[in-house]
Amino acid sequence: MRKLWLILPSIVFMTALFAWPLVSGVLQAFSGSGTFRRMVDDPYFWEAARNTALLIVALIPLQFALAVTMALLMREKPRFAGLHFYLWVVPLAISDLAAGLVWLSIFTDRGYLNSILEKAGVESYAWLSVENPSTMFLAVLIAELWRATALVFVIVVAGLQNVPREYDEAAAVFGATYWQRLRHVILPQLKPSLQVALILRTILALEAFAVAQALTGRSFPLLVGETYQWYYTLQNPNVATAIALVVLTLSIVASIGYLRLMRP
Amino acid sequence: MTGRRWVIQLLCVLVSLFMAVPIYLITLAALSSRESLDRFPLPLLPTSLSGETMTTFLRSTGVVGGLINSITIGLSTVVLSLAIGLPAGYALARYAFRGKDAYQIGLLLTRALPIVVLSVPLGRTFLDLGLYDTTYGVTLLHTALALPTTILITSAIFLGVPPEQEEAAMIFGASPLVAFVRVVLPQALPGIAASALFTFVLSWNEVLGASILTLGRRTLPAQLLATLADSPLAFRFAGGLALVLPALIFIAIVRRYLLNMWGTTLR
Repeated sequence: MRKLWLILPSIVFMTALFAWPLVSGVLQAFSGSGTFRRMVDDPYFWEAARNTALLIVALIPLQFALAVTMALLMREKPRFAGLHFYLWVVPLAISDLAAGLVWLSIFTDRGYLNSILEKAGVESYAWLSVENPSTMFLAVLIAELWRATALVFVIVVAGLQNVPREYDEAAAVFGATYWQRLRHVILPQLKPSLQVALILRTILALEAFAVAQALTGRSFPLLVGETYQWYYTLQNPNVATAIALVVLTLSIVASIGYLRLMRP
Repeated sequence: MTGRRWVIQLLCVLVSLFMAVPIYLITLAALSSRESLDRFPLPLLPTSLSGETMTTFLRSTGVVGGLINSITIGLSTVVLSLAIGLPAGYALARYAFRGKDAYQIGLLLTRALPIVVLSVPLGRTFLDLGLYDTTYGVTLLHTALALPTTILITSAIFLGVPPEQEEAAMIFGASPLVAFVRVVLPQALPGIAASALFTFVLSWNEVLGASILTLGRRTLPAQLLATLADSPLAFRFAGGLALVLPALIFIAIVRRYLLNMWGTTLR
């Protein structure tokens, strides 16, 4: 009986604040007639969907390559490992809005990047201008790479701790090169960690929006940013919820997709 | 072999630079005077440091209020999520019960739920309940976001305290509550503190839900987001530093627990 009283408050709380809003959100999105019609008729929606997809497709492979490299570097026990580790994980606690503002100081027209270029005698460039969609995308990509790689890194480091060094050493004794060991010994054992990280990162990447808002305003719309626009500026909570449900559906589809793809 | 060590060292330094230089630059920008921020090219070394930009930022409308709201909501979220999460984490660590697996899976599933999906319907409900645009409403949302993590982290912590010690205390006549407070809690405290800090940072960083659930009583990030388009660059840089600073301190404190919190428990 006692255990029930310990666990019950959390169940009540989670039902009231997770399950209930979810159900009422679905009902809300489907109740107003033409809600989804309005959503798909808005050109911003498609642009946001395209940008979100592009960002995820470009970001996730880069991020995983960087995070695995960082984890392997840490495994070699470099000098000043403590300091490096601290710097590499600091972005864990930095929000996407903060990351956007940090990189704004670099990419803005009279910011640090152009200052460095100017000093080097190179002409300034409008990195965040609507006229230059590719560098705008690049700025958001770099800011997200900077902010969110730490999460993958930490998960991979924790996973590497479970990979016994003996396996690796045994392979080395039999003459395997570093690449062969990485490919056939280390990476296969990291698979469960990578799978978790992949699901988590994709879900979180789908939710990114403030980083783009801080860097570009609405010039580089992302899906969740559009819910904010519909709710806040256009005062239409129904369409906002409809877009939110699209994000939720994409999260679920991506998670199931990864689970199937990486099934042992 | 030494050549390989050199490459490793060099790569480590490069990654560290990639992580540290932006933080250095935002700090430099936020601590520069208005006049030196207008210069171009911007100075790259801290030659003309001044508190002017930060003070102007703090004096702007809504900033101190937002700061107070953020801290109030952060602390309330910590208290509420511990009040609900600690007992559940303890039960998860100590007892077997029917539906335990389903309960744990349910906790993990909540992580797949985008905050927006919750915020908009909650906004409507809170409007009816009179919780809209209050710190209580945002606290409830942030607690819901932090609770699954709090439960999973604290249960991992309680698993590390041997139940025999508790049983021994009860044999000597302590009530279950006294045994918990006197025997288990002191050993679990560092881990609980780390989990509390984690919750605070989560609340401090959350911007979308806080923006949707408030209008006047905005948190600092919500205030920054709402005024982003119409504020001068210096204001945005100062805001960026204000948001980043707690992160630097937080990570320095909880570094030891990081791998457990983000690496393994959060699976």
